[in-house]
Amino acid sequence: MADLDYVAPASVAGAIEALAGGGAKVLAGGTDLLVQMRAGRVKPQRIVDLKRIPGLIGVRQENGGFVIGASTSGAELGEHAALIHAWPGVVEAVQLIGSTQVQGRASIGGNLCNASPAADSVPALVAARAICVVVGGQGRRELPVEAVVTAPGATVLAPDEFLLEIRLPPRAARASDAYLRQIPRTEMDIAVVGAGVSLTLDAAGVCSEAHVALGAVAPTVLLVEAAGAALIGTTLDDAALDALAQAAEAACRPISDKRGTAEYRTRIAGVLARRAAAIAYRRASERT
Amino acid sequence: MSDAPTKNRPDTAALKVIGTRPVRPDGVDKVTGRAAYGADFRAPGMLTGRVKRSPHAHARIVSIDTRKARALAGVKAIVTAADFPDLASQEYEAGESASNLRDLAMNVMARNKVLYQGHPVAAVAAVSASIAEAAVALIEVTYETLPHVIDVEAAMAPDAPLLHSHLFTEGVSPRPASPSNIAKRHLFVRGDVDAALAAAEVVIDRRYTTQAVHQGYIEPHACVAEMAADGQCQVWSSSQGQFMVRTYCAKVLGIEISDIRVTPAEIGGGFGGKTTVYLEPLALALSRQSGAPVKMVMTREEVFTATGPTSGSVMHVRLGATREGRITAADVELKFQAGAFPGSPAGAASMTAIACYDVADFRVVGWDVVTNSPKVAAYRAPGAPIAAFAVESAIEELAQQLGLDPIAIRRLNGVRDGMKAAYGPTFENIGFMETLDAIESHPHYKAPLGPNQGRGVAVGFWFNIGGESSAAVHLSEDGGAVVATGSPDIGGSRASMAMMAAEVLGLPVERVRPIVADTASIGFTGLTGGSRTTFATGMAVVQAAEKVIEELKRRAALIWDVPVETVTWEAGAAIGPLDPKGGARRLDLDTLAAQSGRTGGPISAEVSLNAQGAGPGFGAHICDVEVDPETGQVTVLRYTAAQDVGRAIHPSYVEGQVQGGVAQGVGWALNEEYVFDVDGRMENAGFLDYRVPVASDLPMIDAVLVEVPNPRHPFGAKGVGEVPIVPPLAAVANAVRAATGVRLDDLPLSPPKIRAALQKG
Repeated sequence: MADLDYVAPASVAGAIEALAGGGAKVLAGGTDLLVQMRAGRVKPQRIVDLKRIPGLIGVRQENGGFVIGASTSGAELGEHAALIHAWPGVVEAVQLIGSTQVQGRASIGGNLCNASPAADSVPALVAARAICVVVGGQGRRELPVEAVVTAPGATVLAPDEFLLEIRLPPRAARASDAYLRQIPRTEMDIAVVGAGVSLTLDAAGVCSEAHVALGAVAPTVLLVEAAGAALIGTTLDDAALDALAQAAEAACRPISDKRGTAEYRTRIAGVLARRAAAIAYRRASERT
Repeated sequence: MSDAPTKNRPDTAALKVIGTRPVRPDGVDKVTGRAAYGADFRAPGMLTGRVKRSPHAHARIVSIDTRKARALAGVKAIVTAADFPDLASQEYEAGESASNLRDLAMNVMARNKVLYQGHPVAAVAAVSASIAEAAVALIEVTYETLPHVIDVEAAMAPDAPLLHSHLFTEGVSPRPASPSNIAKRHLFVRGDVDAALAAAEVVIDRRYTTQAVHQGYIEPHACVAEMAADGQCQVWSSSQGQFMVRTYCAKVLGIEISDIRVTPAEIGGGFGGKTTVYLEPLALALSRQSGAPVKMVMTREEVFTATGPTSGSVMHVRLGATREGRITAADVELKFQAGAFPGSPAGAASMTAIACYDVADFRVVGWDVVTNSPKVAAYRAPGAPIAAFAVESAIEELAQQLGLDPIAIRRLNGVRDGMKAAYGPTFENIGFMETLDAIESHPHYKAPLGPNQGRGVAVGFWFNIGGESSAAVHLSEDGGAVVATGSPDIGGSRASMAMMAAEVLGLPVERVRPIVADTASIGFTGLTGGSRTTFATGMAVVQAAEKVIEELKRRAALIWDVPVETVTWEAGAAIGPLDPKGGARRLDLDTLAAQSGRTGGPISAEVSLNAQGAGPGFGAHICDVEVDPETGQVTVLRYTAAQDVGRAIHPSYVEGQVQGGVAQGVGWALNEEYVFDVDGRMENAGFLDYRVPVASDLPMIDAVLVEVPNPRHPFGAKGVGEVPIVPPLAAVANAVRAATGVRLDDLPLSPPKIRAALQKG
């Protein structure tokens, strides 16, 4: 019988060393990894638990932005008032993952590195223009969230690399975000489509910056620049929202599967992008 | 509780326990985690069993090579079909469904052919789970794959892949010359339906489809089984009938029933799905070979791919009616998937399809069709929700065409006492009209609706059954009592047994402890199914308690030295004739119990009976939904379910049964379905993608209990567990139609399907 080794290093260097041997899997909350192991889909020889590394759990404010440790759970993010105020869309996306029990374990970094195109937090992070800090044997590098996942189940991370933290940029005065997903139930499900929208408004309420990201409509989460561009210079009137929805639909390259047809996913991407944009706009407008 | 009109109501004024809501006797164990379910049992030295299952929907087994697996250290036993007797075809009655023992055995372990993905081909016992799993992987099975068929109409086609070369359609004459996948035709006819349809002023003609759905019990099948060197067997397992497990294990293994003792575990849901065996015979065979107890627990994926579900269907309904809405003709054809072996609930569906209505001329045809999917098992009112979806949808359409109120059309055509049911008997003491009254007078029925919202109404019927039950009442020396029955408690029966015994004995319910006894400790009892337990086992409990009282009166007469005929039992005490000095004679239960050792020994009684006269049940439901026109998402806003329950022994449990049935029915209507890939493999064998409703998907379900007592039960009880799942499929679908104006006749009403229908208009 194959043995399974478990280590919980207390430093970044220790974790890199533990990963370097090969056959290792990183453990944060374990809500994906343990399920995959039980189903026989992954068979690691070693589990490297990152949660003892200082900084891997927790949120800190730095240079006007936020730094989120990769192993921070949804429950913890959901209690961070300043983060919720600045990035309500990111927090609501993370908090859609699983049940209350899962929220206590599942991490924001795990949701990204599991590399599912339907990961709820990822479109919100992409729309937020979040930066990932990755460390490994070759040192430290920073890359945008959308550059981490290359295909379902695949990332750019080398075997001895792991996600250290996620950085959210400073927020303008009148800016906000929102995330919506379509599932056939009200909770405990996987997004059929997810849409994250982040907006900045000028003093007159005109959109000066906008980013739109879509989940579950392509092999990886899409940053749809044309959809964001459709909102800039507008007050999100119907014409702008129609253009946004059209751009969102045009970007979709979905599959048909047990969770939804390609046609359905494409149409819903437009519907959700529109609705998420309206929510983000309302939230930003309420800022003074 | 509702104060709906009742008739023949026994005198309720004197009842002290029946109709109250005491703390449930199984409650503390369940909320603290102490309750021992199937997977919680451990025996010293036990091995872990695992099943090797077919990856193919349909294939011939060319060879099974177990040599590599046997050579693995730690592997103690491997069994295949060669380790089980090749049984002859034999029907066996169990509860509300009959099983063919040969089919049952071949479902437990495939012989020559595999008929669905997940069909067992071998089982292994080893000293650890990981070794057992490694051994399963080392078993080499060579298959010759065959074309498969899952869709019911495709399976009925003359050129369909044939599952069983020995299967000739029953119920048609002449007997077919060649075998087919059509196992049986059920036929119920009255009058001349074709003439009645031709003469009808209005005709509704529509086709409906549903997909296979699983019972979705939370607890996977689990057991520990042991066969000793002398052939004596013990089984600990979670099922709806320990006696059913005993019989089926004996038959599948070819051993004596009396050599097996089965102890029931706490059960984590069954809904009909645990009325058969899957693991127990395998575990016994592995124990026989290894000499050690063997524990087997299914994964959720195994539960979905190899147990349950109930049938997917294609149905055709033609209704004829007058312009006033009187239904004159009903022509109903039901095509049901049976899964790998015959035995879909097409028969029960045919009997229930128009049971709520008085129709002069009808023809109901039910087809039982084998398919390359798991053999269906009973699911809560088997077949009735499926047929009701079609018939109640058609009635709704008829009401709309005629501009009739949905309750009015059902009242106009609904059955009443003295009418002959479409399936044969004459109705007595039924409460269908009373349930219609209850929903009509409920504030829900007139509540305003907003944009994109709609309201649906549907009704449902279930037979409810009686049958064989045993119960014992044992007094303890302090005057408390134990009530032992042979009925596993899947819906609160322990509470109702304790309450009925307490009522008769005159004890507070807390002094009556109910248990579910093993097969060696109580007389034969049919499985818990057919909504029979509170009725039939309850009758045995009441009679046993009455026998205990007779004995207590005899003991009191002995103490007083008076004739027993002069002693009465009132409020928990024996009352005798005045003593010679004119003093009252009274001995309470505690005193009599304490003295029992000196008056003839322990006091207990056991009653075994075959209960007849179960009262059929009717339900009437109202459902409000809101449909998101852009996403196709349906939100159930409000739900009211009225049901004739005879007499609610423990109203909270009865309300829970009604709410649970509605919850399952809503899931069936909206999202639940088996999804198969092109190779016939299930794509959604887990609770993530097999979507039962979660709590937040449902509103508070208002259960309205209507009480039209059943005079054949000591307290008037009728079965309650199955009726509530019958109307919801149609109630939801009718509400979605009302909200959208679009007819959707294909379940489930999942968002992509609704959006597509709305786009088409």
